[in-house]
Amino acid sequence: MATSQQSTSSPIGRDTLRIDGPRKVTGLAKYASDFHFPGMLYAVPVEATIANGKLLTLNTAAAEKMPGVRAVLHRGNIGKIFRSTPAPGFYRICLERRPPFEDDTIRYWGQYIALAVADTFEAAKAAADAIRATYSKEKPNVESHLEPQNDPGVILAAYGPVERLQSHRGDAGAAFDGAAVKLDETYGTPAETHNPLELHSTVALWDGPTLTLYDSTQGVVNLRSVLAQMFGLPKENVRVISKFLGSGFGGKLYPWTHVSLAAAAARQLGKPVKLVVSRKMMFQSVGHRARTQQRVRLGASRDGKLVSLQHDYIYHMSMLDAYHEDCGEATPFHYSVPNLRVSFGRARRNIGATADMRGPGAVPGLYATESAMNELAERLKMDPVQFRILNEPKLDESLNLPFSSRHYVECLNLGAEKFGWSKRNPAVGSMKRDGLTLGWGMAGAAWVAGTFAAEANLQLRDDGTARIACATQDIGTGTYTILAQLASHKTGVPLEKVDVELGDSALPDGPISGGSLATSSVIPAVFKAADQAIASLLIIAVTTPGSPFLGHKPDDLALEGGRVFVKTEGPALGVAFADLLQGANVRLVSGTGSAEMTAFAPNQKFSKHSFGCHFVEVTWQPETARLRVSRVMTVMDAGRILNPLAGRNQIQGAVVMGIGMALFEATSYDPQNGAPINSNLADYMMTVNADAPPIDVHFLDYPDKEINELGARGIGEIGLAGIAAAITSAVHHATGVYVRELPVKIEDLIA
Amino acid sequence: MHSFEFIRAADQAAAIATAAQSKTAEQGADVRFLGGGTTLIDLMKLNVETPARVLDINRLPLDKIETTSDGGLRIGAMARNSDLANHARVQKDYSVLSQAILQGASAQIRNMATVGGNLLQRTRCVYFRDTAMACNKREPGSGCPAITGRNRTLAILGASEHCIATNPSDMCVALAVLEATVHIQGTKSLRAVAFGDFHLLPGNTPHRETVLEPGDLITHITLPPLAGSKQIYLKLRDRASYEFALASAAVVLTIASGKITRAHIALGGVGTKPWRSPEAEAALAGKPANDSTYLQAAEAALRQAKPQSENKFKIELAKRCLTHALRMAAAS
Repeated sequence: MATSQQSTSSPIGRDTLRIDGPRKVTGLAKYASDFHFPGMLYAVPVEATIANGKLLTLNTAAAEKMPGVRAVLHRGNIGKIFRSTPAPGFYRICLERRPPFEDDTIRYWGQYIALAVADTFEAAKAAADAIRATYSKEKPNVESHLEPQNDPGVILAAYGPVERLQSHRGDAGAAFDGAAVKLDETYGTPAETHNPLELHSTVALWDGPTLTLYDSTQGVVNLRSVLAQMFGLPKENVRVISKFLGSGFGGKLYPWTHVSLAAAAARQLGKPVKLVVSRKMMFQSVGHRARTQQRVRLGASRDGKLVSLQHDYIYHMSMLDAYHEDCGEATPFHYSVPNLRVSFGRARRNIGATADMRGPGAVPGLYATESAMNELAERLKMDPVQFRILNEPKLDESLNLPFSSRHYVECLNLGAEKFGWSKRNPAVGSMKRDGLTLGWGMAGAAWVAGTFAAEANLQLRDDGTARIACATQDIGTGTYTILAQLASHKTGVPLEKVDVELGDSALPDGPISGGSLATSSVIPAVFKAADQAIASLLIIAVTTPGSPFLGHKPDDLALEGGRVFVKTEGPALGVAFADLLQGANVRLVSGTGSAEMTAFAPNQKFSKHSFGCHFVEVTWQPETARLRVSRVMTVMDAGRILNPLAGRNQIQGAVVMGIGMALFEATSYDPQNGAPINSNLADYMMTVNADAPPIDVHFLDYPDKEINELGARGIGEIGLAGIAAAITSAVHHATGVYVRELPVKIEDLIA
Repeated sequence: MHSFEFIRAADQAAAIATAAQSKTAEQGADVRFLGGGTTLIDLMKLNVETPARVLDINRLPLDKIETTSDGGLRIGAMARNSDLANHARVQKDYSVLSQAILQGASAQIRNMATVGGNLLQRTRCVYFRDTAMACNKREPGSGCPAITGRNRTLAILGASEHCIATNPSDMCVALAVLEATVHIQGTKSLRAVAFGDFHLLPGNTPHRETVLEPGDLITHITLPPLAGSKQIYLKLRDRASYEFALASAAVVLTIASGKITRAHIALGGVGTKPWRSPEAEAALAGKPANDSTYLQAAEAALRQAKPQSENKFKIELAKRCLTHALRMAAAS
């Protein structure tokens, strides 16, 4: 069996510039909406302007007569679009299952009711604007206060069945009642809208019975399976291409209704069709983070040992779908507590479907539980860092499993040291600088680790280059570069000679770019593929007439630094693999590897998570009610970091997003008509550069060998976990006001 | 966006003659002048503005900024906001104007936006900007869902039962305290309108925002000479940049021997028009320059304020804003 060894020139663990950077800054990188085809038409959906009721009539006559208009499609003429259905395993996922136009019931504002298709975008938009609808209208329910509906003990959610009593041990109620020091507070997070720079876009082309989609998706393989079912096709008849994304933040993981609309229009009109969702529509029909309302009850002994933790949360959801916002994801294992209960309820609203948004579940969940930890520490008159360290578990107490790799206490200690936490005076408003009041706060973070199923193909070629192919995506996080690093690491081919192919469902099935799992998932597949390709190479080395390795067994040989050599003689006497291939008149050798999904699987031997913490400083000027985040120190225990440059970038970006979560972001629904009313980038406030402070990021860099050979976990989401709780704690330290309903607003602080 | 005819005006007279064919100069005008386009094009894309003809006046020679014979300043209507903010005379003698402009929008928008266009900046009320919603300003008589809806950023001064939309301009708040005059060339004559008379309160005609009539072209603004004063524009908002004011204050103060001899005060972000406050000015005139005086002025400025359902805090915020702006001006 051939083995490969780590080359001394391996790029793993080194700051590595994005290999796709030049393509992006020179405009060569083509995003979904950059694809154009002869005869292509443009489609613009028509949005319902009620949030609850029935579509009665649709007047399309004026629109159909407008110049350049090819068709107005609606329930009566769109053609058959079938439902996609849930499947066992992490497969064929879609968060709004109802096909567009399936019935005349309107369940949320902006639901598509028709589609204008024309020769130009402008003509299609004008036609869409000219279509008139009448409705029977009922009062929509977009109430932000949530009461749980009647639900069974087990619900069938988008990813499978979930028990509403999510986790329990001991007797949390009795222990809380008897606790010496208690906290019982409810924390709220608002609906938030994903706002990646790139709009959702689809270009659909039919060639006979085959459908090709250029789509801004975080999951080409999943999208293929959903669309194949919706159009009644075998999956080999559908190809999905997503070469570059202007990010997605989870909103582009699974297909939304515009994708099947574009495909149906292209089928109906026999032309390629492009559909770009507008920014306004992105607040309505492509998912959002659910509003949550979370009651946290903590009980502790006087010396600060947790005795009870109850986390009961409610989230809102759309009328038809069943996305589960798992706020309790991190609660059962984060701290040592003998009595615990985590449960949830749900409340349906006249809103678009809820969806994964960066750190789904755990991010709002940890905002609540970490806030409660900070508030209880204060009641205990304990330092919040020491309080956490005192409650550090020895194992995952919910699963009774050891952690694969947990260095949370080291994160806390290092963060405190680097931030200068020991200088904190806990008295509210006591710390000043330059006429401003300072607030210091901190919180912990956790995020799940594991792998999705993945397959990859690696080629070694006679010009000394390598090609690595996997149907995963690069959503802006650096997957092109990571794949090149992995291929280079195993083969010794320098990064600039590695071609990376991804974002195409015709390639070997790759993971979604989600769950912070893409990097960890592709490692075993790429390594197996490389081993197989190298094994083929070594057979050539020992069998090709004229090869210096004739007479050796493949097992005697190794590939390192791009050279094949006899293990006992060392690489200095080796031969470049390109020379061996040329000598054998072989263009390339290739290997394919695959690995099974390990994330969320039952019967595991270890509890696998990443950990981290944030220390935050805010400045507060009461004279002007001006609150700013002035500095952040983040420490992450996220396994081995393959590309620290991209890794820091990920965490810094997440912290900036966390400032938005804490201080700015909230989708606001009009109480009368149910419309997401701040549906643009001016009125939906997000952090701007001027709000982004210096952000220091430190990685502990402990490999987690239970995850994969390199010990790499994922870092896409954990940077957003906990940051809002750290900020609200800092705000309290500065102002004396504890805001428990995000975002923190000026009116909360000057009431 | 609706189809429209794009015309370039040959000269001022031709521009005015064409615009005079419009039925109205207010909401629903069928001829619109195009300056920087930072409001107009935006609203056309939203179908809020649907002019049949768009008249480009960018080549008219109206972009000069020059000293007047009395030592004041004449600002051409087509001067770009960034040119005005960075003009040496403005920075020296009218710094409140420079400060106000530079705290608004973004560098790119300021490079495009004209002074005349900024005078006509439309409200950011989300109901006005969405044609699926009722709005008395956009469609007179259709109603005002903002009053019972999302109104956190809307007006607490000058609102009516028909409209509570805030005037979003920063520049106009500074022009109010600088006692600017707006010069308008109409079909018949050139008129000079005092800044405070240029914008209208919504009353029961919220679609009428200014005194402009069809054919009226703002040619320039003049500022009277103003030397030896302390000037501050303080803008408070949710985030640090690229955000409209929740409350702002423009202050021009003259202090002699510890007493305020002259005070011009205006508020932004809280009124249905740029909000000059004679009440605050009266509370300051002749009083000692100290915190107690400033607090009284802030109380006086907000005495008539009526909060909407979501923005009671703006009263307190505006008070803090004015008080602190006065403090800053006095210390400057």
